[in-house]
Amino acid sequence: MRRSNAPIFWSLFGAGGVLAALIGPMLVFITGIAVPLGLVLPRDLMSYPRMLMFAQHWAGKMFLFAVIALFLWHGMHRIFHNLHDFGIKTGTGAKLVCYGLALLGTAVSAYALLALGF
Amino acid sequence: MSARRPYMRPMDGWWRRNPFFIRYMIREATAVLVVAYATVLLFGVIRLAQGESAYDAWLASLRSPWSVAFHIVLLANFVYHTWSWFQVMPKTMPIIVMRGKRLQPAVITAAGLLAAAVASAGLLLLTLGIGS
Repeated sequence: MRRSNAPIFWSLFGAGGVLAALIGPMLVFITGIAVPLGLVLPRDLMSYPRMLMFAQHWAGKMFLFAVIALFLWHGMHRIFHNLHDFGIKTGTGAKLVCYGLALLGTAVSAYALLALGF
Repeated sequence: MSARRPYMRPMDGWWRRNPFFIRYMIREATAVLVVAYATVLLFGVIRLAQGESAYDAWLASLRSPWSVAFHIVLLANFVYHTWSWFQVMPKTMPIIVMRGKRLQPAVITAAGLLAAAVASAGLLLLTLGIGS
């Protein structure tokens, strides 16, 4: 019997879900509210030189990649499995589109992060 | 082609008939905004790789009132994600038996929410440390 590929997608969904549950709200607050408004945190926290340094450090690179890729896999897996609930017909095509978009985002983020250098 | 047209129960708005399913649909729908936030960050990384002026434009767009309003919606969405994720966790994880008794769902949920609070506080302190 051919092995199912479901556990791979399910693991990515779970990992992204846990990461989003643990730090998602705080991350949104920092990048989307606190820093842009200069609330609690300084406005220049995400300035170009600082973010460049962050993204060139291996730990910062890993963090950015993990957040972007895992959030995408988590979200697209969940969307795929709920298309039916929203009355949308699903099949191989929908699966390819959903996981394909997650894969595309993962590849683009990996490319951009590697292009930034170390 | 058969002329048979069997009755099919209409399923439009099936989830609005039961509060349990409404909560289920809200929980599952949080995924859309999780993807939206990942996309915002993805563009940030792409702009960063394109250079200073491209990145500054992205940063300026984050300061627009529309963006801040959108991130407030995102924040509510992520808080709900955290809450629902740990509400469901007792059902999605293997049963834990401690001292001959099954670990209660409320304990698992509370532990998860506590872990999220600690991780979030840690992230904010780390960011404050970098910022100063």
